Amino acid sequence: MRYHAPATFDEAVSIAAKASGVTRFLAGGTDVLVQLRAGAVTPDDLIDLKKIPGTHDITAQPDGGWRIGIAVSGASLGAHAKLVADWPGVVEGMELVGSTQVQGRATLTGNLCNGSPAADSVPGLVAAGATVTILGPDGSRELPVEQVPVKPGKTALEPGEIITAINLPPRGKNGGDAYLRFIPRTEMDIAVVGCAVSLTRENDKITAARVALGAVAPTVLLDEACAQAIVGTTLDDAALAALAEAASGAAKPISDKRGSKEFRVDVVGVLARRAAKIAYERAAK
Amino acid sequence: MSKMHVTATVNGDEVEFLADPRETLLDCLRDHLDLTGSKEGCGTGDCGACSVMLNGRLVPSCLVLGVETDGATIETIEGMAPEGALHPLQRKFIEHAALQCGFCTPGFLVAAKALLEKNPDPSESEIRYWLAGNLCRCTGYDKIVRAVQDAAAEMRGAA
Repeated sequence: MRYHAPATFDEAVSIAAKASGVTRFLAGGTDVLVQLRAGAVTPDDLIDLKKIPGTHDITAQPDGGWRIGIAVSGASLGAHAKLVADWPGVVEGMELVGSTQVQGRATLTGNLCNGSPAADSVPGLVAAGATVTILGPDGSRELPVEQVPVKPGKTALEPGEIITAINLPPRGKNGGDAYLRFIPRTEMDIAVVGCAVSLTRENDKITAARVALGAVAPTVLLDEACAQAIVGTTLDDAALAALAEAASGAAKPISDKRGSKEFRVDVVGVLARRAAKIAYERAAK
Repeated sequence: MSKMHVTATVNGDEVEFLADPRETLLDCLRDHLDLTGSKEGCGTGDCGACSVMLNGRLVPSCLVLGVETDGATIETIEGMAPEGALHPLQRKFIEHAALQCGFCTPGFLVAAKALLEKNPDPSESEIRYWLAGNLCRCTGYDKIVRAVQDAAAEMRGAA
């Protein structure tokens, strides 16, 4: 295994483009190093992106959005008061990943690129309308987060392409988001079901919403029917019931050791209702 | 496989070592620097026995490569006790019998110290959540939590 620590993303792309064997990019390493350790994936070339300037930064954008460097750890994300104030749902999703120690290393980009349908930080990003900036041999492109995972363990990134930043849109006024997951304990587990809701309200009425469902399909789902169930409402009981029904209807889960198909279909509706209520309250502040 | 030269600051001292790129920081601490206080429990970031501070953040040293730490500042359990004395957390772990086999103890101490630096007066639940990534198969955790609470009180000057 060759270890590379390029000083720029261009250099990283050029190393990746020249590499002929198994290539892995290293940010927090909480997945890559576990796979290396287990002998599951031994890269020929390991490209550490953390020495590239800016990768540890959370930067406010002129339009009110945020640019999050690919090496920003969960601990750093949670310590950024202004980002937490804008996007509490995005941050609380990331903070559910692993232990305090893992939080010192794990990153949003890594969680996304690992491609797990149960990734806790991904529904929050999808609901927020986040995008990723991608650099590759043919230049730069931007992709909505929901289009990054294509199936478990597989992303839409082409060989040699890397994510260089995650972009959050401006929160704007009267917006709120929230992420909830179900696990059979209180800590240190992988989501059986997850749900994130981001919405904006005008007085009591919801004017826009995005609802993302986790661990109920091969990838995190952005569901339009869920959003339509609550847009234009005051999140009354009828709207909440419609949201739960839409979420359960959109879910296409499997049964596995973490939960049965039937359980997941039911619980995703419960979480959607609860997350929507929290997002709605947060939007009032 | 060619080894790489790494220079880092460990417990205040500048150290140099040669690391195979596949070696973790934990391997390097134990095998190249003879700092065997950090333990390998799981090797996959689940047990916390290898906890160290890396550039001011609590991390599992088994999920860090040694070659990544060129230029980094690292604090391990070996740097915890000031000259000729024990850190209050170390003393309280002994007083409360918060260890039996002791394998998890260095990780608990490093993690608890990081908590108290961030939050000098944590609640019992805050302690339990913060230490959820440190596994102990002997004590049942109660004594560990009480030792941390007691050390925190002493460090605040409240005991």
